[in-house]
Amino acid sequence: MVVMSSVPQAILSRDALQALLDTLKGRGYRVLGPTVRDQAIVYDDIDAVGDLPEGWTDSQDGGHYRLEKRDDNALFGYAVGPQSWKKFLHRPAIRLWHAKREGEDVSVTAESGPEMPYAFFGVRSCELHAIAIQDRVLLGGSYVDSHYQARREGAFIVAVNCSVAGGTCFCVSMHTGPKAEAGFDLALTELMDGGEHRFLVETGTDLGAEVLSALPHRPATQEDIEAAQAVIANTAANMGRTMPADEVPALLMRNLKHPRWDDVAQRCLTCANCTMVCPTCFCTTVDQTSDLTGTESAAWRRWDSCFTIDFTYIHGGSVRTSTQSRYRQWMTHKLATWVDQFGSSGCVGCGRCITWCPVGIDITEEVQAIRESEPQ
Amino acid sequence: MAPKSEDRSTGTAGDIMVPRVARVRHSRLDGPDTWTLDLDDETFSAGSYVPGQFNMMTAFGVGEVPISMSGDPGKPDLVHTVRAVGAVSGALTQLRPGDVLGLRGPFGVGWPVAEMNGRDVVIVAGGVGLAPLRSLIYHLINERERYGDIAILYGTRSPNDILYLRELESWRGRLDLEVEVTVDHATAPWHGHVGVVTTLVPHATFDPLNTIALICGPEIMMRFAVAALQEAGVADEAIYLSMERSMKCAVGFCGHCQFGPVFVCRDGPVFRYDRVRDLLAAKEL
Amino acid sequence: MTDTTTEDLARILKEHPFFKGMPEAFCDFISDCATTEQFDAGAYVFHEGDPANHFYLLRHGKVALEIKAPERSSIVFQTVRAGEILGVSWLVPPYRLTCDAKAVELTRTITVNAACLREKCDENHDFGYAMMQRFMPIMVQRLKATRLQLLDVYGTKV
Repeated sequence: MVVMSSVPQAILSRDALQALLDTLKGRGYRVLGPTVRDQAIVYDDIDAVGDLPEGWTDSQDGGHYRLEKRDDNALFGYAVGPQSWKKFLHRPAIRLWHAKREGEDVSVTAESGPEMPYAFFGVRSCELHAIAIQDRVLLGGSYVDSHYQARREGAFIVAVNCSVAGGTCFCVSMHTGPKAEAGFDLALTELMDGGEHRFLVETGTDLGAEVLSALPHRPATQEDIEAAQAVIANTAANMGRTMPADEVPALLMRNLKHPRWDDVAQRCLTCANCTMVCPTCFCTTVDQTSDLTGTESAAWRRWDSCFTIDFTYIHGGSVRTSTQSRYRQWMTHKLATWVDQFGSSGCVGCGRCITWCPVGIDITEEVQAIRESEPQ
Repeated sequence: MAPKSEDRSTGTAGDIMVPRVARVRHSRLDGPDTWTLDLDDETFSAGSYVPGQFNMMTAFGVGEVPISMSGDPGKPDLVHTVRAVGAVSGALTQLRPGDVLGLRGPFGVGWPVAEMNGRDVVIVAGGVGLAPLRSLIYHLINERERYGDIAILYGTRSPNDILYLRELESWRGRLDLEVEVTVDHATAPWHGHVGVVTTLVPHATFDPLNTIALICGPEIMMRFAVAALQEAGVADEAIYLSMERSMKCAVGFCGHCQFGPVFVCRDGPVFRYDRVRDLLAAKEL
Repeated sequence: MTDTTTEDLARILKEHPFFKGMPEAFCDFISDCATTEQFDAGAYVFHEGDPANHFYLLRHGKVALEIKAPERSSIVFQTVRAGEILGVSWLVPPYRLTCDAKAVELTRTITVNAACLREKCDENHDFGYAMMQRFMPIMVQRLKATRLQLLDVYGTKV
């Protein structure tokens, strides 16, 4: 499904963007994209271009997120907000099955999939990588997560190349952006130079090409293409953070007793924000519910976090009780053992964990601190 | 015999997270708060699992826990021994013949049966850790001629806590098995050994250079048992442990059972010692 | 009932793994102080509080080490089996036994008069050191094993 098309790049106008949304709707997709709500940019159902965060940008730093007005009307002039597409693909709460007692018997019924396929509008390169990483976790092993699969398989993806680097972004050092390379049906780059607000569009699949062909568009000129490259290069040059990427897994795994873990444990609240906003965190728990008579019961799968005190609870106690051990688990899993398990880092450099940590713990800074003070 | 489920579930048919319904055929108290359930499951047949694997057992409306297979793998008997340590296991131990429960599985990597061919076998079990090993012991007895000396070393807290007493006595009566039982402490009239299970290792008969050792029990006990086996000359690569961690899915999705880089549900629960040696040495991993 | 001659005793001691590598003269010190004993099932080998003037090499049988507890019957915390050594308190002041030892089944021992050996240890430090070298590992092993027992690993944590 991911085929680099040889169709030359095209230009869409702002009106054509509306046509794109309408086309996707017309094809039966539930269209989801960025919108402003509660002073943040979140992902939700969108109908019109007007629903997008036009003219907004975000100011992000450790433990800091504010929306600010831009002096233009860019539709994608911001980085990423607290939510990621895992909100739809790997749902926060889902009923796995329900059971009914009938006399001496119990009958169990599995849950069915979503009603409509998703179209994701405005997916960033880091997010494409995050989706690919979750694909590997939930579809790439010897068992398949049927709920994730049902939502993933039909999804249509319209990517957006970032024109703004967030204050906590480090996709460049994680090799996950800012340019979307693969995993999309269409990819847009917003261009505002020369007074013409337009979008360079690339196709990534035959389906994407088919959708594009139905939209009003003109061929991209060399100037358009160079303008797009300049936007992306500018983003790449303005990353808010860098991850010192050399041999991070080995560095962390040989420093499991490093005093820096105690240091971060003094600051970490184990609030689990980082795991909630991280686009690759996938941990869940399963709880059963029952009605008062014990006739009907169900199993619910919910997002969980390795930061919770009972995440590792077995008969009488938890394995990881200290804050230090739980923070260490999260960071070493994300940056080190993930590689052993799934063949890549679990981190895509989106910076959300830094922005949304109430005390501003910065994963790039923690790695650097360990590297610099490693006992010889 | 497919040791690990190759089920690639797609869609709702055969969804790996949905339990099938089984019924209790027989239940027996096998130790303090410990019940052995003999189950009827339409999909089950002899040879459909490897000793050391486990099922996820659902007490409807309460929850689900991983419980090892404890039956004779050569018979069409689906047997699980459950110790009541929490709400779910407590509910399971209250099931009686005719009651229903949910089952998913079998899951996990079992005991390395092929490795044991032609070798001596030393089993070190502690407390309820004998339950995951019972399947293996039945298998070893069924195929006795394949193995050299077999020693079963069992330790538990006190004589009242001995699991599978009848089986232990029956195994001990055999001429081709060495069985030693010890307790941490006892009141009269216990005439057996008193002392930790590791003290049984130096006295067991086995050739350390040609032995596979299998350990199951509380993690502390397993670490001490490894030390005793190492002292006796058994190599790290010949020692296997069955690890335990919190499990919610059993298929490597929920993340709870991670132990360093391994998922206990999917890469274990049986691990060769050299693979987990450094992980066991780390605190709170 | 002593059915073993002094030569037999000396030979048995020398061959026993516990005394491996010990110079002949030292083995003689020990066999000079040794006799054989037999305890019927249920008989006590020693009692808590007795002076620690002997140690025992178990040739056959099993001995349970017990502690009396007022509100219940004696608790056995260790058994010593054939081939093992019973009694380490003879080496350490105040030379008092801190538990009871009861033969669980018919038990035969080589009983060594440690009071007599203690004097020899004082006179001949090489001999004293050789005995320490052999008894210390037993104490350490038992300490390690006791720790594991203390942890009560099989109990359900509440």
